[in-house]
Amino acid sequence: MISHELVSSLSETKLVNVRDLAVLSVENDLKMKEAGSSQVIRFKRQHEFFEDGDLSRHFYIRDVLTSIGKVKETSKLSLFCCQTAGCSHVFDTLESYEHHYNTMHRNVCTTCKHFFPTARLLDIHIFECHNSIFEIMAGKGNMYQCLVEGCAENFKNSMERENHLVTMHLYPSDFHFDKTKKSRSKNNQNLISRKDASMDIVTGEDSCVESMEIGVVRFEDKSSESLPPTKIPSTCLHTKYRIPSTICFGQGAVRGFSFKK
Amino acid sequence: MWRRRKQRDTSVPVLEELRAQWRERETALRKARREEQLISKRLLRDLTEEGAHGSDDHMLEENAQSHFMSVEQIAKLIEDLQREPEQMITPLTALRHSLRRNDVRLMFTRVEDSMRVLVALFTCPFTDIQMEAARCLHELSHSNELQVSMACLPATPYLLTYLSGYSQQFTVLCLYTLGNLIVDSEEVRNRLLLQGVIPTFAKCTQSPHMDVQEALGYAFSQLLQSKEAPEKIIPMVLESGLTQDILRILLSCTEEWFGVAIEMAWCLHYIVSSHVNNALLISQGLVSKLVPFLIEKAALITKQESLDLELLICPVIRCLGNLLGEVDSSGTKVEVQDGRLLIALFVFIQHFKDEHPFMVRECLWAVNNLTVQDPVWTSALLNVNLLPALLQLLAHSKDVFLMIATILHNIADLGLGYCQQLREKGVLPCLTPALRDDDIQVARISLELLNKLLTYCPDVAGDFFHNSGLQIIELHKDKPDLQQQVQAVWNKYQELIKGTSGPPSMD
Repeated sequence: MISHELVSSLSETKLVNVRDLAVLSVENDLKMKEAGSSQVIRFKRQHEFFEDGDLSRHFYIRDVLTSIGKVKETSKLSLFCCQTAGCSHVFDTLESYEHHYNTMHRNVCTTCKHFFPTARLLDIHIFECHNSIFEIMAGKGNMYQCLVEGCAENFKNSMERENHLVTMHLYPSDFHFDKTKKSRSKNNQNLISRKDASMDIVTGEDSCVESMEIGVVRFEDKSSESLPPTKIPSTCLHTKYRIPSTICFGQGAVRGFSFKK
Repeated sequence: MWRRRKQRDTSVPVLEELRAQWRERETALRKARREEQLISKRLLRDLTEEGAHGSDDHMLEENAQSHFMSVEQIAKLIEDLQREPEQMITPLTALRHSLRRNDVRLMFTRVEDSMRVLVALFTCPFTDIQMEAARCLHELSHSNELQVSMACLPATPYLLTYLSGYSQQFTVLCLYTLGNLIVDSEEVRNRLLLQGVIPTFAKCTQSPHMDVQEALGYAFSQLLQSKEAPEKIIPMVLESGLTQDILRILLSCTEEWFGVAIEMAWCLHYIVSSHVNNALLISQGLVSKLVPFLIEKAALITKQESLDLELLICPVIRCLGNLLGEVDSSGTKVEVQDGRLLIALFVFIQHFKDEHPFMVRECLWAVNNLTVQDPVWTSALLNVNLLPALLQLLAHSKDVFLMIATILHNIADLGLGYCQQLREKGVLPCLTPALRDDDIQVARISLELLNKLLTYCPDVAGDFFHNSGLQIIELHKDKPDLQQQVQAVWNKYQELIKGTSGPPSMD
């Protein structure tokens, strides 16, 4: 249908400028042209012209299976240990090690050893908790940054930020936000009264881990349903952690990013 | 990593059954699309766990049968997930298996504290538990029940936050989960927009991982195809500059990355076909970048016949078609230089015409927008002798016929020289069967084209009326929808015989 010469031109690097080709002169009746139906056609995406192609797309989405749900068997290795100082987590696949490392050792505050899911949250933590001039600056202006990506709002204090996150960004109201010294001491009291409900593992080391903290109860539900103290399973963790007392699992637990001074 | 499900070897009766199932699904999808209700979700499943021998829906359903859970069992399991953390992984995995069942998903969301506990595990600092909880959320996201996706809302700030993390596998899982939740309701999308989904996606475009990019493209395309996207989402996307990133990724995809390229190409299509600000996209060089992309893919197809790229080429052709249709305030179209684009479009037509006929129609639409009112591109089409290829396709299908007839009509519209070319290439004999067609659309456009040819090349009239012209007029003269066209041709006939003898009556 199409000559070989034309097809081979597709593989060449040099373009064929259409304006260099001979152009037939246009001799049409203007009146006729105005009345003619020659015009460009544009389609909106819901147009039935696109129906068959869209169906192909949807079949593709529905039929594609991606086998990343679990680590592939082929990548199984003999057991190996996390090389990070103070961590003895054991792995049998590279993928689980990578996930562990990226989650627990990548965005770690060198001062207080807390870890965070993203670099941005770590930066905010360091700025707010370990920057000596932050408090002075915070007294003068709005220094608390919004935690949402792309939001440029700043606030006087963490409570204001919390309100903003809940009202403007529709974060869950039980989201556990950063704590200033004052609010933390108040929360600590809460915690003490509920200590039996927290999963508190202490090894005596002063390294502690914390990502999106699961902790401090700030609502009064189910306080009667205290849970027994439990230990972290060695089978799934392979290591001992000292979980800060602000972290608790189970009923009544609330979630959020935490910044601990 | 992506792949299509492999069809297992099947006997003829089973094949028939599969075909019937396929037709049934196709009908359902068409109906959903017409009602603007068509949504699809992508499922990640562990193939090694399922048995790697082709996991189709049927098989997944079968496996799911053994994972039923009653409300009491779910409640007990939720309790276990809080009270016995040393055994958390096992009940969590059991939960994940059960969540493949739609009834269990619904029951799960109704059990008190269920989502709160699951989200707590999803955000816990223990990676194994966290990953398993993420898989449970992914299973939930695959539900078609609005109630289930609404129950997943408390997880969205965390799903979005984890996208900026470094754990590739985890990010991918979060992206597919978000992509599934996004299509469920406007409320979910509003919430995600407020929680910064667009800047977060923009950040993900920097990821060097193929899996992350493909998952991102999927989630983003789900967001862009929503009903309210043209008003609410696409303006934000254009402002964020995300389209440039999407284009950059699309253009840089090598053959191994075609799964990514497909997702990105559909994202672009949804943006362009919303017609929000295509002038901006043109000014950013979208057309000039897509043209070499298509030429390169056409060259690839001619070298590897087995390559099935319709899912990649289709959305790119659509972008090009719509952008070529843009006319600025001074009435100027976007300028394309490389004449090989025409050849590429015809290569695609040739390649896809049997297996994916819709591609023929869509490529022809691009040809139409390229050549309409454009003597340079129309001359190029005639010069490189692509007219015979067009005429061969006239009998392909009605849709294809209508598009080709439109292109021919546009060519004829340019006047004498062009009509002579059409005549020399034998357009009129090819058109004769269509002129007799009962279908009004087919007959109308054929008559209009005939009228153009008769106007510019009066010398063809003698032959035409002598052979079949009067019969054709007779055939259509009582059809009210064709009155104007029949009258125009009749006038031509009168002019012809006026030159020879007196005018006959139309009756």
